[in-house]
Amino acid sequence: MSDQYSAWQLILNGDAALFAIVRLSLAVSLSAVALAALIGMPLGALLALARFPGRSVLVVLLNALMGLPPVVVGLAVYLLLSRSGPLGAMGILFTPTAMVIAQTILIVPIIAALTRQTIEDLWAEYRDELTAMDVSQTGRMVTLLWDARFSLLTALLAGFGRAAAEVGAVMIVGGNIDGFTRTMTTAVALETSKGNLPLALGLGLVLVAIVLAINAAAWGTRVWSERQVG
Amino acid sequence: MAFRLVSLASAFAFGVLAGLAPASAQDRSIVVASTTSTQDSGLFGHLLPLFKARTNIEVKVIAQGTGQALDTARRGDADVVFVHARSQEEKFVTDGFGVKRFDVMYNDFVLIGPKGDPAGVKGKDIETALRAIQAKAAPFVSRGDKSGTHSAELALWKQAGIDIAAAKGPWYREIGQGMGPALNTAGAMNGYVLADRGTWISFRNRGELEIAVEGDKRLFNQYGVILVNPEKFPSVKKEFGQIFIDWLVSAEGQAAIAAYKIDGQQLFFPNAEKKAS
Amino acid sequence: MRAPTSDLPLVLDGISLQAGATTILDRLNLTIAPGPPTLIVGPNGAGKSTLLRVMMGLASPTAGRVSWGGRTASPPLRRAIVFQRPVMLRRTVAANVAYALAQAGTPRRQRAERVAALLERVGLPDLAQRPARKLSGGEQQRLALARALARDPEILLLDEPTASLDPAATRGVEEIVLMAAQSGIKIVMASHDLGQVRRLAGEVMFMVRGCLRERAAAADFLDHPTTPEAAAFLRGDLVI
Repeated sequence: MSDQYSAWQLILNGDAALFAIVRLSLAVSLSAVALAALIGMPLGALLALARFPGRSVLVVLLNALMGLPPVVVGLAVYLLLSRSGPLGAMGILFTPTAMVIAQTILIVPIIAALTRQTIEDLWAEYRDELTAMDVSQTGRMVTLLWDARFSLLTALLAGFGRAAAEVGAVMIVGGNIDGFTRTMTTAVALETSKGNLPLALGLGLVLVAIVLAINAAAWGTRVWSERQVG
Repeated sequence: MAFRLVSLASAFAFGVLAGLAPASAQDRSIVVASTTSTQDSGLFGHLLPLFKARTNIEVKVIAQGTGQALDTARRGDADVVFVHARSQEEKFVTDGFGVKRFDVMYNDFVLIGPKGDPAGVKGKDIETALRAIQAKAAPFVSRGDKSGTHSAELALWKQAGIDIAAAKGPWYREIGQGMGPALNTAGAMNGYVLADRGTWISFRNRGELEIAVEGDKRLFNQYGVILVNPEKFPSVKKEFGQIFIDWLVSAEGQAAIAAYKIDGQQLFFPNAEKKAS
Repeated sequence: MRAPTSDLPLVLDGISLQAGATTILDRLNLTIAPGPPTLIVGPNGAGKSTLLRVMMGLASPTAGRVSWGGRTASPPLRRAIVFQRPVMLRRTVAANVAYALAQAGTPRRQRAERVAALLERVGLPDLAQRPARKLSGGEQQRLALARALARDPEILLLDEPTASLDPAATRGVEEIVLMAAQSGIKIVMASHDLGQVRRLAGEVMFMVRGCLRERAAAADFLDHPTTPEAAAFLRGDLVI
């Protein structure tokens, strides 16, 4: 990306480097959302349905972890994946994989906490019916997660928004390597530090536009399918 | 249906992970821990494509402060360090983390200040200038991040006869950030700041800032490159790393450094020792 | 597969249920055995719904003992319930029935056939692929009946299933209930509609304030109530 151009010119010219950055940002954040959903949704559902000692502590903890600072997550993952760290042999520090791991850790609490709330509310409505049908604990989780799917989309979007917007974690574990681990947010940070504020702002606006477009698409899908299914 | 969705999400996540993971078998790439000044000035954007064309080795640059870059290498997370704080670099080699240090190039530091020059330092030598800033308690922005520039700044205060740890007051702001943010901060608070010339020339948000002091020999800023010790970290890609170092100090690499210009100004001056052969 | 056990007779032995200071069920002793439909009648707040929930095993009494076929802790194997406002799972009509079949342990390969048969039985075959939440109130109640019947129950509990339905939809639900009763399923149904009691009931249980006041054959209850409260209720007076 040459900084003689404004962000809009880069878009209009179909700048390859810009699109590579956008593609990487989306690939990393969407992968993190998918992984975090696989972990966070069952976890949230379990917390909503299961009764065990220490459950309320866990719920409070999970809600608090929604505010986990990205740099802290980034630092923890960095120490874990560093060659001198316990998982150093994997050699994945400063790769997109490391970025996915960090963002997944960052957004699992968000998706799990929002899922727990949603499933708990739905369980109040479904309890008698599912108990009468003698549905197993696992069956309840699956049923409630599926029937709450439209509300859970919001949890996924919240997770995606957090992942796409954060810079602290991906900067530390990705290293902001040009053409390899540079995302929208680290590019904005870099251009800002170069004093190239118009380009930084332009890139920021591109990021906002993309996040907005994804949210609008998801919302539209939700409204449409909710109308279909009721 | 729910099951299908879960499989889809897993397939997507792991597919992407697999796609993103480096193909380690024929991974011709090295990680270079370097400084914000080399990255922000655009030097790497100029050098790396030339190096890649010549050797087909990809260089991944992590741009940090010199101290942080050396720390990254000390943890074994980089193959090569390319930084500018000679004493720290020599300690790095002495401690066994690096193999050997090579001089590559230099640029110089400049003292940047507001056009109004509240401390009246314009055209003075650097020691006089720093003493004037301290005497007038004019705002001064320090990187405060253990970077090469930060080390140089601390050394300059010392040379000026000022114990900055004792003398600092509200006028002395340590921001703990890179060169660009330091310049942005100085611009915002009408303060002085020590910057490397490369970053200054390519800096776009100058506002009321301009060069106050330059050309003083004590502002000389030497860059060195070191291969991380493969005996300490077997994961270090020593062959590719050495090729990169050899290229930087070769006639071809040195010429490429000299050729990098912004607005017609040369930013870095190659000064690698001529090899015998 | 289903264990060769029965949920009948259903025996309530000294059942009380307190919520704080309020007594919702008060020392009930009764036995439900196979036979013609039993309708539970009584004014609002008499405890009809709670009684049904206790019979289903959804609510735990604070005193006394419930047993199903002699077992006190029994998963709802051969009993099913239809609520006044059943929850429609967010999927198609057919998928709702298939879900109930799966929970009842019907093998996967038999489900499609049984879904079709059950939807036929409740008169919804044309709406099989419709999202359940898009159904009208009457249709939802029929679907809830199909789900309940999917459990192949010996006893079917119904909590005022027609309370919010128009007469045509009410007739549709009553026809399904009668058909179920004729097929040998014991019906226990709460109602406050005396016409419905006349149309469906074999026997009547009359409740006031958590107490069982009368239990009699339907004709006897309707024509010769033995308690003043029942007489007042049948006259249409307010019974408190």
